Amino acid sequence: MRKKIVATTSLAGCFGCHMSILDIDLRLVDLIELVEFNRSPITDIKKISKRCDIGLIEGGICNDENYHVLKEFRENCEVLVSVGECAIMGGLPALRNNIPIRECFEEAYRNVPTSKSGGGIIPNDDELPIILDRVYPCHELVKIDYFLPGCPPRADLIWETLLALVTSGAELPYELVKYD
Amino acid sequence: MAKVAGDDAVKAETASILAGYPADRSELINILWELQDRFHHIPKAAIPLAAQKMGISQVDVMETITFYHFFTTAHTGEYTVYLNNSITSRMAGFQKIRDAFEKEAGCSFGETDKDGRIGLFETSCIGMCDQEPSALINGMPFGSLTPFSVERLVKGMREGKSVLELMGVGQDLSSDPHKLARFIAPPNIRRKGPVLLGVGYNMGESIRSALKHKPGEIIDLIKNSNLRGMGGAGFPTALKWQFCASAKGDEKYIVCNADEGEPGTFKDRVLLTEWPARVFEGMAAAAYAVGARQGYLYLRAEYRYLTPHLQRTLDELRKENLLGNSILGKSGFDFDISIRLGAGAYVCGEESALLESLEGKRGEPRNRPPFPVVVGFRGKPTVVNNVETFSLVAQIIKYGGTWFNTLGTAKSVGTKILSVSGDCGRPGVYEVEWGRKVEDLLKMFDAGNAKALQIGGPSGKTISARETARKVCFEDLATGGSMIVFGQERSMPDVAQNFIDFFAEESCGACVPCRAGNPILSDLLKTIREGRGLPEHIDQMVEWANMIKASSRCGLGQSSPNSILTSIEKFKDEYMDRIKKERGALIYDFDIKAAMKESCEVTGRTPSSH
Repeated sequence: MRKKIVATTSLAGCFGCHMSILDIDLRLVDLIELVEFNRSPITDIKKISKRCDIGLIEGGICNDENYHVLKEFRENCEVLVSVGECAIMGGLPALRNNIPIRECFEEAYRNVPTSKSGGGIIPNDDELPIILDRVYPCHELVKIDYFLPGCPPRADLIWETLLALVTSGAELPYELVKYD
Repeated sequence: MAKVAGDDAVKAETASILAGYPADRSELINILWELQDRFHHIPKAAIPLAAQKMGISQVDVMETITFYHFFTTAHTGEYTVYLNNSITSRMAGFQKIRDAFEKEAGCSFGETDKDGRIGLFETSCIGMCDQEPSALINGMPFGSLTPFSVERLVKGMREGKSVLELMGVGQDLSSDPHKLARFIAPPNIRRKGPVLLGVGYNMGESIRSALKHKPGEIIDLIKNSNLRGMGGAGFPTALKWQFCASAKGDEKYIVCNADEGEPGTFKDRVLLTEWPARVFEGMAAAAYAVGARQGYLYLRAEYRYLTPHLQRTLDELRKENLLGNSILGKSGFDFDISIRLGAGAYVCGEESALLESLEGKRGEPRNRPPFPVVVGFRGKPTVVNNVETFSLVAQIIKYGGTWFNTLGTAKSVGTKILSVSGDCGRPGVYEVEWGRKVEDLLKMFDAGNAKALQIGGPSGKTISARETARKVCFEDLATGGSMIVFGQERSMPDVAQNFIDFFAEESCGACVPCRAGNPILSDLLKTIREGRGLPEHIDQMVEWANMIKASSRCGLGQSSPNSILTSIEKFKDEYMDRIKKERGALIYDFDIKAAMKESCEVTGRTPSSH
């Protein structure tokens, strides 16, 4: 059987969900038997190089680069999974959604206690991604097939989900997806 | 900046306001109204004094203040304008009036002008749908606004005219509360019926007739008339009274629900303007039947201008010994009525939320059962009925139940007062027998160009004007009385958006399906209307709508998705027309350039390079 190909990325997230992926510990060794990683911080491949079976998205969409990456994943993955609070609902970064962008920039770069009063500039280099008007959850912009809740989702949930997706059709145990 | 009273002045004035009230939390909303009127906000310094007087904590006072739309902690201007943004107002030119206010006052909606003289805000339906666009200015409704009249109003405000002067009220009118109420909001009765709108009224006849019977016989009389509650749900009135009469309690209460907040409804406004004493007599009859000694009229804040008229009516009734102790010499029959105000919360039309509000608390619905007839106001058995129901009670007691029974259909007897607004030639109030066909009604309303009809307001149903054979009655189209006509040129998704945004705003927030579900419906609909939707979004809306209906705690959430569901059912084409993508699309429409615009402006970059 062909190994399933997995791609992962962290958009407007904190890499906590990726830490949780690593948290499956020794099962990583089993996972490598089952899947091949393509674009992912784990492999450091920067662009998806072939059709993937499973894409895991951490984080929401806060800038134009996030959006391009999300589209790249959607175009190249059979199944796309929103992993964690930020991907599903925007999470902490989305706290800025009700604050005008100018205010956010002023606070972050100019009025912050570590900046000289009145000094500093709002970064405007063309190399930098452009911030969007608000932080979007992934499913508002592309079709998302599955959602893994949690901040971060527990390692067991990630492991069982991957296993279910790889072996196709296996159901997740009730204890795993029951949250209260 | 507005001249804001200093803390010491606030404390002195608050103390003198509080001195006029008993230490009773149920007076809290009336007190807060006095403070809001006096200071154009509720000053921080007043809160500890009010809390101390009521024997509650400051947080208790705060939670009540923050629940109600018309109570504010920030100054709202010496002239506070609340412009109605409901659908009927929008159809009548809301945007033009809004622009005119902003231009004339020199400030945006949601704030006051720089000297704190004029504050502009939006509100939902104020019960003037037959004379839109309308606004409340310092609590007084101004109907049929035009950009020209707005210019005059703002000019008058700058000159410091009183609200009555702004309205053009002369001395002769201001001395007669009834005439004044009629002048402020003309009753607009379009069709007089045999029970309520077309009959004469002599004060005291109902109570005199009632006193010829024993209390139990009154309930039987109502039972034989088959009267059902007119608020919308249609619960048999006699049954409600019977439950209350047999419930154990040393005290019982009668509450009249005059919180008609359903957009498109204004019949209670007319009944309270024209025949308030009849409503009070109906309440007195209920009190006699169940053994209550105290009644309350819970009046929605938007109808606050009626208070002087209602108070005078109560005084007259007391003078005639139709209220008070030993009414008409009947020893043991003591009953009096007080007026209690709402402060801008649609959910308070729900009876258990209304009772919470009456107790001076946040208007969050209670868990039911127990129902108010067993555990109601202050935990005592309470009858809550609508203004129209009490009016009917008075008539039935006077003329008998059998006569009433001959009108209407098998399960909906008598007549119903409809509040008609929207795209029709004759908006106003109509009394019709239950069971009238939609076809007849549209003719009656002069609504030849109608495409759709909203029955029972946003929480009711949208039907197509082609469904001519359907009937307005509990067997088919039940309604609390709101009828909004939509002409051919109206967009039904736009209408549905206005409705769902109203509910998202008015949800009390106590239960999740309603608090979170209504904004989700609003967002999905917005996506579709903006042309970013997928066919699946319509399915999702239906799924969410059914979930909200099934799992919400009170009538608000249980009925808020109705208009979306019926609108999709009857006018699906209009929704599909807005959708450009095929089913199953993986990447949705998203205007990344527009999303980058704001930050590019701040940083001086151009989105074109990205």
